[in-house]
Amino acid sequence: MKIKLESKNVDVYYDKLKALSNINMIIPENAVTALIGPSGCGKSTFLRLFNRMNDYIDSFKLSGDVLIDGQNIYEKNILVDELRKNVGMVFQKPNPFPKSIFDNVAYGLKIQGIKDKEFLRKRVKDALVQAALWDEVKDDLNKSALSLSGGQQQRVCIARTLAVEPTILLMDEPTSALDPIATTKVEQLITSLKEKYTIVIVTHNMQQAGRISDYTSFFYMGDLIEFDKTDVIFTNPKQKQTENYITGRFG
Amino acid sequence: MNNGKINRVKDTIFKYVGILACSIGLILLAIFIGNILIDGFSRIDLDFLTSLPSRKAEKAGILTAWSGSLWIVVLTFFISVPIGVCAGIYLEEYGKKGRLTNLLEINISNLAGVPSIIYGLLGLEIFVRLSKMGSSVLAGSFTLSLLILPIIIVATREALRAVPSSIRAASYGLGASKWQTIWYQVLPASSGGILTGVILAISRAVGETAPLIVVGALAYVPFTPKGIMDEFTVLPIQIFNWVSRPQHEFSINAAAAIIILLIITFALNGIAVYFRNKWQKKLS
Ligand SMILES: Nc1ncnc2c1ncn2[C@@H]1O[C@H](COP(=O)(O)OP(=O)(O)OP(=O)(O)O)[C@@H](O)[C@H]1O
Ligand SMILES: [Mg+2]
Repeated sequence: MKIKLESKNVDVYYDKLKALSNINMIIPENAVTALIGPSGCGKSTFLRLFNRMNDYIDSFKLSGDVLIDGQNIYEKNILVDELRKNVGMVFQKPNPFPKSIFDNVAYGLKIQGIKDKEFLRKRVKDALVQAALWDEVKDDLNKSALSLSGGQQQRVCIARTLAVEPTILLMDEPTSALDPIATTKVEQLITSLKEKYTIVIVTHNMQQAGRISDYTSFFYMGDLIEFDKTDVIFTNPKQKQTENYITGRFG
Repeated sequence: MNNGKINRVKDTIFKYVGILACSIGLILLAIFIGNILIDGFSRIDLDFLTSLPSRKAEKAGILTAWSGSLWIVVLTFFISVPIGVCAGIYLEEYGKKGRLTNLLEINISNLAGVPSIIYGLLGLEIFVRLSKMGSSVLAGSFTLSLLILPIIIVATREALRAVPSSIRAASYGLGASKWQTIWYQVLPASSGGILTGVILAISRAVGETAPLIVVGALAYVPFTPKGIMDEFTVLPIQIFNWVSRPQHEFSINAAAAIIILLIITFALNGIAVYFRNKWQKKLS
């Protein structure tokens, strides 16, 4: 097991509010790691550390080290746009651009200055195939992405992220706005993607965490309570709090 | 009477008060437009649009007036839109929220409420005299640009603010820089709103009279402007000039010119409404 992401002694504050305290955690490569815990416990905050999306929040303050492939990504010489090409993110609500499906998926490449039409077409197709959406949209790539269903929109967003060929995928409750069928599709997709990607997913759905993740970490009020293989967390957790949460006996 | 019944009666009363209030405005407008149409409609023909001004009412036309208006509008557009939109983008996207931006913001809102004649005086001093432009199309356009800049800036900022933050997040998340995010996502998504603001601002500029009189637009110009340094007149000034003459023939001319001016402003407003609707559909 190779370590892909790591946080060392991480504290996060929003002004006076301590959102994460002393988080030490590793995330293995080519596996799905689920972050679970009650609302407001800091899962999204933790997830956004790895592509530095918290930087846009004025009150955000970080101490400690956040490492990707052993490199501290909060060092001065890190180029944030380069970092984000390697660390893709899928958001809770599908948020396609108000543009065509093709332009949505090609956007990440176009902003890198890639103009070669043939190349773009190929990458867009590959990404849509990977996102299990190609067959549904291949005939109308010029249709507005906003005209798709919620589940399709979310898969456009996943395809858009894959087109840039990151190695890490961060997903913040990617199925919470989707119906059961669309959810199943996205879950299958995540499972099929882990061969190539390191995936970190926030979810409130215990069954989902159980179904798709290899590792699970349980957060509670800014603390990392427990991190282990998913089957261990679900069958034999070491902490009472974890057990209570998983069995639904709390919050 | 129980409470529900009282409320329903209140509802009905309020409804009729509202209808009355609306109709007063509409009826007055209808009377005004009807009056103008009766007076002026038969006067409008090709000759009226293509004739130079004249001392004889039946020979006089509005060629210099509408071509002057056209010059002014086009030039004002090219001066005010780049400055106004850029200022709006800066304030909304780049300006650090602090004392200075607050001060700027308050002042821009204040500027939108300054009477237009004050802008005229400012233009007279800065453009006509200090910059030695004289009473030219250019000086008039700069003055009107000052006048409508606050409108464009405020509209730009509102349009930018209406772009959902999820779009920005998605763009940043894919590795876009701030500039790329603004250029490729935020501006296209807000262009409808910005355009609406720009057109409304321009239609305001079309109707302005006072500031242009102050910077020296003439009531009588015997030629159309050939360049930006030429003297000029505009439709509202021509109308004002005709209305203030005693002969009845001239007030007919004025009515006809008013119809033309109304057509222009209604058309501009119509286009603005059209773009706004299209834009709102696109964003939701
Ligand atoms: N932009 C922000 N500014 C200030 N405080 C914030 C901000 N975002 C989150 N917080 C606070 O940080 C804490 C952790 O929030 P976070 O969004 O990470 O929780 P979460 O575990 O993702 O919750 P949820 O399951 O509801 O999404 C919360 O107390 C929240 O109020
Ligand atoms: Mg969250």
